[in-house]
Amino acid sequence: MPRLSADARHRIRFELNGHTVEGDAEPRMLLTDFLRHTLGMTGTHVGCEHGVCGACTVEIDGVPARACLTLAVQADGARIRTVEGLAPAPRRLSVLQEAFRRHHALQCGFCTAGILMSLDHYLRHHPDPGEADLREFLSGHLCRCTGYAPILAAALDAAAKLREASAHA
Amino acid sequence: MKPARFDYVRAATLAEAHAALAEGGDDARIIAGGQSLVPMLSMRLARPAVLIDIMHLPALTKIGVKGDSIRVEAAVRQAELLAWPELRERQPLLAAALPWVGHAQTRSRGTVCGSVAHADPSAELPLTLLALKGAVELSSQKRRRHVAAEEFFTGLMSTARNDDELIEAVEFPCRAAGHGYAFTEFARRHGDFAIVACAAVASKDGARLAIGGVADIPTARDFAGIEGDALDDALDEFAGGLDARDDLHATAKYRRALVRRLGRATIEEARRCRA
Amino acid sequence: MTATGNRWCGQSVERVEDAALLTGHGRFIDDLGVRPGTLHAAILRSPHAHAKIRAIDVTAARKAPGVAAVITGAEVTALSASLVVGVRAPIECWPIAVERVRYTGEPVAVVVATDRYLAEDALEFIEVDYDPLPAVVDPLDALDPKQPALHEGLGGNVASERAFRYGDPERVFADAPHRVSVTIRYPRNSCTPIETYGLVAEYDAGEDAYDVLANFMGPFSLHAVMARALKVPGNRLRLRTPPDSGGSFGVKQGVFPYIVLMGIAARVAGRPVKWIEDRLEHLAASVSATNRVTTIEAAVDADGRVRALAWDQLEDVGAHIRAPEPATLYRMHGNLTGAYDIRHVSVRNRVVLTNKTPTGLNRGFGGPQMYYALERLMQRIAVELGLDPLDVIRKNLVPSGAFPYRTATGATLDSGEYAKALEIALADGGFAELRERQKAARAQGRIYGIGLTAAVEPSVSNMGYITTVLTPEERRKAGPKNGAQATATVSLDPLGGVSVHTASVPQGQGHRTVLAQIVADALGLKPSDIRVVADFDSAKDAWSIASGNYSSRFAAAVGGAAHLAAGKIKAKLARSAAAQLNVAAQDVEFADGRVRARGNPDNAIPFSRLAAASHWSPGLVAEENQALSETVFWTPPELTPPTEKDEINSSLCHGFIFDFCGVEVDRVTGAVRIDKYVTMHDCGRVLHPGMVAGQITGGFAQALGAALYEEYAYSPDGAFLSGTFADYLLPTTTEVPTPVILHIETPSPYTPLGAKGVGEGNCMSTPVCIANAVADALGLASVDLPMTPAKLAAHIHAEQPTRGRK
Repeated sequence: MPRLSADARHRIRFELNGHTVEGDAEPRMLLTDFLRHTLGMTGTHVGCEHGVCGACTVEIDGVPARACLTLAVQADGARIRTVEGLAPAPRRLSVLQEAFRRHHALQCGFCTAGILMSLDHYLRHHPDPGEADLREFLSGHLCRCTGYAPILAAALDAAAKLREASAHA
Repeated sequence: MKPARFDYVRAATLAEAHAALAEGGDDARIIAGGQSLVPMLSMRLARPAVLIDIMHLPALTKIGVKGDSIRVEAAVRQAELLAWPELRERQPLLAAALPWVGHAQTRSRGTVCGSVAHADPSAELPLTLLALKGAVELSSQKRRRHVAAEEFFTGLMSTARNDDELIEAVEFPCRAAGHGYAFTEFARRHGDFAIVACAAVASKDGARLAIGGVADIPTARDFAGIEGDALDDALDEFAGGLDARDDLHATAKYRRALVRRLGRATIEEARRCRA
Repeated sequence: MTATGNRWCGQSVERVEDAALLTGHGRFIDDLGVRPGTLHAAILRSPHAHAKIRAIDVTAARKAPGVAAVITGAEVTALSASLVVGVRAPIECWPIAVERVRYTGEPVAVVVATDRYLAEDALEFIEVDYDPLPAVVDPLDALDPKQPALHEGLGGNVASERAFRYGDPERVFADAPHRVSVTIRYPRNSCTPIETYGLVAEYDAGEDAYDVLANFMGPFSLHAVMARALKVPGNRLRLRTPPDSGGSFGVKQGVFPYIVLMGIAARVAGRPVKWIEDRLEHLAASVSATNRVTTIEAAVDADGRVRALAWDQLEDVGAHIRAPEPATLYRMHGNLTGAYDIRHVSVRNRVVLTNKTPTGLNRGFGGPQMYYALERLMQRIAVELGLDPLDVIRKNLVPSGAFPYRTATGATLDSGEYAKALEIALADGGFAELRERQKAARAQGRIYGIGLTAAVEPSVSNMGYITTVLTPEERRKAGPKNGAQATATVSLDPLGGVSVHTASVPQGQGHRTVLAQIVADALGLKPSDIRVVADFDSAKDAWSIASGNYSSRFAAAVGGAAHLAAGKIKAKLARSAAAQLNVAAQDVEFADGRVRARGNPDNAIPFSRLAAASHWSPGLVAEENQALSETVFWTPPELTPPTEKDEINSSLCHGFIFDFCGVEVDRVTGAVRIDKYVTMHDCGRVLHPGMVAGQITGGFAQALGAALYEEYAYSPDGAFLSGTFADYLLPTTTEVPTPVILHIETPSPYTPLGAKGVGEGNCMSTPVCIANAVADALGLASVDLPMTPAKLAAHIHAEQPTRGRK
């Protein structure tokens, strides 16, 4: 990639939820703005734009990351997953999403996308987490509605269900 | 809260990165994981004319052992080092300190070298590097040099790096036989920058204690052959000599008190780990 | 009306809101498209706490790329009027600085440009010439007439002062064997929703009308304030809300000055203007809860029975008295005796202005400040008289059988079994065991304390309580204000489907689910048969000044109104069905999607067919049975205006809370660890246990934040110190333990469903409960929030120095 000049827009292309997407961005455009306003993927939310709240967490190249701490140009060529890619099909929810609904692990739902993206990744790599592990891992997310208790319950329940499913697979 | 404008260079080779740095001078900034830099851009506290992205250099992605040190290259993410299978065996202090760096969701992108370059006085990695007497490997178009950690951190978020240099790697000395290591941190919340962070290395001759979060730069002191009350007195003197910060989260007095109390406990834990 | 069929209310059904929110398909303000040509605003904010503005030069900014307009105080004063101020004082309140800045973060200029990046670029070209003035930061300093006045018309910085007396407090104090008092300084904090403010404003010059979409939450009394500021009749300010809002907790009331400001910006620019507040703006300048200095004294018998209270409250509302302030100070006025039977009360209330962000609604709204003083006092009574704090609470609780109980200051406590709730909490929450744990911990040299709190949680605010700030004579002149209109509309569509429209403006509380449960119960349907529309449109929906999402009014008032509206529809349908089924109307029952004869379920009509009849064959339905849509406005008669003696029934419902906790303070760091937290609630009838639990755990976490972590801190010169989420610390999963939640139910006799509010209680009870535990642990007579490790360590380290430093 050559030097991208500050005051022009440049073509950015990456894989989003399994599909190639593209759009134009100035070098300074944040990935959050690019996802939401250029690509129209508004499921990723913006809560602080300084990397603390975790609402904008997406998966970049296989790991959870803050979209607000990423420039769109940095994401060129990357593989990105967002909350829109979690459900297995329209009108169906993933095991984790189901658990969130069952345990009332969301109220306003604004921080939820980021928490789901983090947990989706975590449970794939840690199928049998303890509550303390989950508390440590989720401390990178702020939720103002739930007090976290139902989120932890949903995560533990989802982990159990996923283990059960993989045992029967 | 949007960044001011800057050019962006995605360097394909180290030479390209060096050239862009040389051309940009102090208006150029290296971006690696971006976990510290991007918020500064968004708040317009940093206003580079050009950002040089070094995360796509195949040359800078390795963790390895070089001599008696772990050499961590510039594009290595904190999470990658934490997941390195040899880490705990090679250097337990680094293994103990890394989980305190930010959160899983920032360690996944943030780099080890980036944290050292940023030189936040409360950050764990600069502290660990100092405690272990590690070194920073800097390179530019013109030269390559090693700077000892003790000379690298020069002030509040400022370092010995020249404008045309980038950190190519940092070197953490591996565990030494008969040494014990311990890390303790106290922050308001888990994952916050430390109010006081202590990294201790104990050997048969004494102990070395490095303190972060208190003064403008991490600070280390060697306590050779001192025990018991004399160690308390020496710690008191060390704490008293630190130019401790007063801020919203803690007073200078409190920070100094914690240096004495946590510092002592950390040294003792490091001693136990020698066994 | 007797309900039949399934009983959905009381079940934790899955929420209808969740599928969209979990899949990234929520519709929050910044997710909605805007008209082509919409501009984006950025705001230049004051770096000074207090300064005169000598000049603002926007010439360069107007020429910057993409900029359509730059607006300053000059444009705003030319095109609008000051926001109405709720006290009798010569003060104006503008949504932007006019000739003077009075707090760090106050808007000084607005740039509207083609995108937010360009708008922020242009802010840097605005030159403001400030003449800094000394700042008044501490509310006690604001009492000093020698300090600079923020608003010159006022003379000093005291905007309101009132004294009240109920019973005969002077005599009781004179006769009292003991007097105990505490002085507390309640800090500034905020519930900081994760979604910030946002709006899109548009001005129609042809009709002189504004149309604004904003994540505003009410109260819609502020609609009147906004319309008057914009100098249009109410019907020319169309205010809409998006379907989803990312939390509020009171805070999104504070978007209203920006609705006015951006309305003017859109008018000046001649195009729609969108503004999404960023987090730094939110922390510095959205709203804060009030900070308050309170001295409270009790006249006490030797056995701990409290005979009289004397309150002295000094309320700091920041730089402006922005509507609805000083409501924070008066919201609890009827409840100044808490959960206790105390007949003699004196009150002095003063409201001062300081160079800090203007205050507004925040979960708990006055309760955290009030209970912090009252419940610290109850603990001190026990300590000073050598009594068990539990016995002091027991001895003073409003006795069972006394309900409805009229408090000395005028509230009617609708229902309760306070002593019973307390005893159940002690037994089921393991209080005896907790005391054993404390004993064991102390025996090991650990610093361990137990805290207690009893509290009455008011809900459904009387819109007239704020007029208690006026004297009876001023109130007579202004005309009495009271009541709390709740609204709901239940409609039938041509296929027999049921829709509910509400003006409750949910911000995550699941209103749509609960309304579906309520209406399903009334009509013998399933919640999935009901579609609830909660995005609000002031031009189309039924609403009134009390509409909105505050004072925990939803379950008690809005849920009740929906129940009543469904009942009206049902009564009409029942009469129509009676003729067809050949039974009396009272023998018609609604169950399982059918309308049938009681005792003969085969004699039935599908609900949808009956419900569609007034659309398709109105000629066959008697006029009085036409069932298309029913709107209910419901206001409880109990919410009367303040009396001549200043008694005020400030809220309709009163839940009861009894909390206890055990905490340990780390001897080295001073950090507080919550060992156990038990919270007992009586919120009347529970409509959805899962959501009630969510309100309690969520409120508890915010309260824990207020107790230990959060403060909007200012330096002595008025600089704002909590400007990022790295400075203003919200508790996370590693800080918030899971509380033990217990319930009893004493239904409210004053609400249609027997429900009371539950959303705010722990914000009132928990901070002081933790503080009482910390005070017990460390033997402190005085402790202020947030209880930071550094603050507490000063007490621990003072008593056990390390080896003396030279």
